[in-house]
Amino acid sequence: MSETIKVGMADLQVCISPNAVTTLGLGSCVGIAIRDPVTKIGGLAHIMLPDSTQISNNSNIPKFADTGIAELVKQMVAKGAKQSRMVAKIAGGAQMFSFQNKSELSRVGERNVAATKKKLAELRIPILAQDTGNNYGRTVIFYPETGDFVIKAVGKAQKTI
Amino acid sequence: MAELSLETMSQEYYDILKELGNIGAGNATTALAQMLQCKVDMSVPQVKLLEFKDVATIMGGEEQLMAGIYLGVEGDIAGSIMFLLQKDSAKHLVGKMMGMEMEGEDFSEIEQSALQEVGNIITGSYLNSLSAMTNLKIYPTIPALAVDMAGAILSVPAIEFGTMGDSILLIQTQFFDEVQLEGFFILIPDLESFGKMLKSLGISV
Repeated sequence: MSETIKVGMADLQVCISPNAVTTLGLGSCVGIAIRDPVTKIGGLAHIMLPDSTQISNNSNIPKFADTGIAELVKQMVAKGAKQSRMVAKIAGGAQMFSFQNKSELSRVGERNVAATKKKLAELRIPILAQDTGNNYGRTVIFYPETGDFVIKAVGKAQKTI
Repeated sequence: MAELSLETMSQEYYDILKELGNIGAGNATTALAQMLQCKVDMSVPQVKLLEFKDVATIMGGEEQLMAGIYLGVEGDIAGSIMFLLQKDSAKHLVGKMMGMEMEGEDFSEIEQSALQEVGNIITGSYLNSLSAMTNLKIYPTIPALAVDMAGAILSVPAIEFGTMGDSILLIQTQFFDEVQLEGFFILIPDLESFGKMLKSLGISV
């Protein structure tokens, strides 16, 4: 029997096939699904903010793109995955509210996506697919067995990337 | 001023916040009753400091459909305020306001602007009472509306709180007309503003 592991906001989980891993209602946060296709070890991180170095209160590792992704990779390696084989798919980073003034915070979705891409590039993990931006929330389910990343949004057809 | 963090806040501060929440929500209820021209009751608001992962649970789960009205706060304090309602409650409220319930799952353009107005009135009266109590100038900016999953809407205030700590300050209020409406306020002052608010109430920080 396979089960679906839940990842909360500012959280991450390693997931071994045939289990799946999910996070519900991603808004401006970004969900990063990483997989080693050989061992079929996967994982999902749900990050909230782009950069831990910009914030003094930064002890919560899964909260930030830079530290969260690094930690997920580390935990996957500890389970037997190999970093050089890892590939990623990302979703989220929406702008939920449209404001007249384009403040730093209202663009946080965009910045989260940019920081995620930067960190993955730094770790030499290619991004195979993404569904980011726009103005709606997403629920995602990742299957490390196949690498399928299923995305659901309100009033939209389910898609798999 | 000593370093202030939400996590280390004393019971006394909570009581003050609760009282602010109470009065604010009371005024918001009065405004709502005037707008709908009917009697609206409310329960005693609950003020909670919640971890991110628990906030959506209180609202019925991350995938619960909610309407969120979000606006910035300017003047003597800086921050933002969000008012959330379950989608069904929002639909009911807007129907009542317009004198008819509209068909369909989604909100039409006119319903959306009515909803925005509801949010404007409720948050406006809430901020007014906050301003009156603290003697601070507090101005709301133009509200923005989103109807989506609770988790997605909440990511916005959570991220704002996320720059300060790992929890979110929530004021939960139930309104009743013929049906029960559950509303949530999330007031997000930056920590400096929070200190200002307490100080103007005569609390030493």
